[in-house]
Amino acid sequence: MPGSEPVPQQETDDTMQIHLDAEKCQGHNRCYALAPELFDVDDYGQAVLMEEGDVPDGLKDKARLAAANCPEYAITLTGD
Amino acid sequence: MTDTLDPQPSTETIPEDAPAPSEFGMRDSIIGDSPEGTDVWQRVPYNADDYGPVSDFATDFDHADKDYNPNAPKVWKQLRDDGCPVAHSDRYGGMWIPITHEAVHDVAYDTDNFTSRSVVVAVGRPGDLAMPAPIGAVPPISSDPPFHGKARRMLLPPFAPKQIEPWEDEVRILCRRLLDQMGEITPGESVVDAAVQYAQHIPVNVIGRMLGFPEEDEALFREFVHVALETIAQEPGTRGGIDDLGKYIRAQIEDHRENPRDDLTSYLMNMELDGEKLSDDIVGGSIILLLVAGIDTTWSAIGSSLWHLAQSPGDRQRLADDPEVMTFAIEEFLRAYAPVTMARMVAKDNEFHGCPMKKDDWVLLPFPAANRDPKQFEDADSFIIDREINRHSAFGLGIHRCLGSNLARLELKVAIEEFIARFPNFELAGDVTWSVGQIRGPRVLPVRILAD
Repeated sequence: MPGSEPVPQQETDDTMQIHLDAEKCQGHNRCYALAPELFDVDDYGQAVLMEEGDVPDGLKDKARLAAANCPEYAITLTGD
Repeated sequence: MTDTLDPQPSTETIPEDAPAPSEFGMRDSIIGDSPEGTDVWQRVPYNADDYGPVSDFATDFDHADKDYNPNAPKVWKQLRDDGCPVAHSDRYGGMWIPITHEAVHDVAYDTDNFTSRSVVVAVGRPGDLAMPAPIGAVPPISSDPPFHGKARRMLLPPFAPKQIEPWEDEVRILCRRLLDQMGEITPGESVVDAAVQYAQHIPVNVIGRMLGFPEEDEALFREFVHVALETIAQEPGTRGGIDDLGKYIRAQIEDHRENPRDDLTSYLMNMELDGEKLSDDIVGGSIILLLVAGIDTTWSAIGSSLWHLAQSPGDRQRLADDPEVMTFAIEEFLRAYAPVTMARMVAKDNEFHGCPMKKDDWVLLPFPAANRDPKQFEDADSFIIDREINRHSAFGLGIHRCLGSNLARLELKVAIEEFIARFPNFELAGDVTWSVGQIRGPRVLPVRILAD
C-alpha cells in the first residue's frame, strides 16, 4: 500500500458499491459524460457500468456525481 | 441571479382579433394522408374566439396564449403555490396540464394510460389506430410500446454519443462562419440578433448535413418547422410550404436511391424492420421527425442560453475564467430554460392525481415546469452555473427520451463557447420576442456587443 496512513478502522463503512439498473437507463448519457472512468456507452447510447461492485477510492466523488445526475434514477450507490 | 432568470412580464396585450386555431390542427399537414383508421376528428367545435386571452391558468390553460411563453415560469410557480399540481382547460376540446415534477414524471412513465399518438396539441385530434401495435405518423416519437422500442432502436445508433462526438469540429466551423457573417463589429455600438443571425442556423444546418441534403435548402426546412410548431393558432390555408417539403423529401429519397452515400438518409433507407426495408413513407416520416424535433428545439435552447448570458455578466466571467464549468453550465441552461413541452393523449379513462381523465383528452407534458419544481431542485428558480445535482428532464423522462440529446448538447455547448469566445461581453439591446406554442425560446434576440 502506498503511503503510511493507517487503514481506516471501519473499513466496511468506507466501501461504496455502485449498481446500474439497465432497465431504467434511457440513454441520457449523463454518467458517461461525468464519470467516464466508471461508465461506458454501447452502440445504442445505453450506459454500461464497467465494473459492477466496489468503487475505487479515487472515483467515489465521480460515482456520486453520476448517481446525482441520472434523470431516471438508474444508478444506485450503497455502503456510502 | 433570480432577477435575470426569467423574462420580465410582458406589457403587451393580446389583440382581440387573435387568429383562430386551424380547423384540423397540423397533423394532417405533417403526414399528408392519414393512415386508415387515424382520421382527424374534433370532439367539440372549437373556436378560440369563444375563449380569448387566458384569465386563469389553473382552469383555462393555453400554452399557445401569446403571453404564456414569456411568463411561463411565473405561471408554473403560481399554480404550484396555489396547490394545483394538475391544471385543466376546456380549450382544444379538453386538456390537462401536470405542473409538478412528480405529475409530469408519472404521465411520462405511464404508457398504458397515456398514448403518444399525437405529441402536439391541436384542435383536431387523431383517432384510434386500426393497427394493434401503434406506430403513429412519425415513429418512434408518435409510437407506443411495443412498436416504439423497435422503431427507436433503429434510430439510436447514429445518435449515440460516440457517433455524435466527431461532428464537433464541423459544428465549430459553422458557428465561426455565422459569427464572421455578422460583419464588422464596433464594440458598444453594433447590435446583432443572436437568434436570427446565429442560433436558428446551427441545428438546421447540422441535421441537413447529417441527412445529406444540400446546404442551400436550409431556409426551406426552417420555414417547415416554423409552420409545424408555431402555427397552431393560424387560419387554415396559411400553412404553405408543407406539401412542397413533402415533395422535396421524396425527391431526396429518390436521389439517395440512385446515389447512395454515407449519410443519415441512406442509413434510414437501408434499415430493416422485421426483415423488411422501410417504406418510403416511414423513411420520409422519420426524416420529418428529425427535422421538426431537432431544429426548433435546439435553436430555442441556444437562444435562451445567450439571452441569459446577455443579462448575467457574472456567469459570462465564470465561463471565461473557468471553461471546465461548462459541463455543469450546459445542464443548468437545459434545466432552467428547457425548450420542449411534449403532449400525450389519454388512452383510457383513468383517475390521475385525483383528476378524472377521459379517453382522448389531451395531456400537456411541460418538462420545463418539472425542471422548476422546488421539491425536485434546490433553489429551483435560480440559475446556478455549477449546480452539481441536476436530474433535469429537458430531454424528457422514460422511453421517449430525446433521441437527439447528444447532438443537441454538442450544438448548445459549441454554440455558446464560440459566441462568448468571439464576444466576451454583450447585453440585451431591445425587445425580445418569444416563440408561441410548445417550444419555448427567443425568436428575436437583439444584443449589443460590448468591449471585451
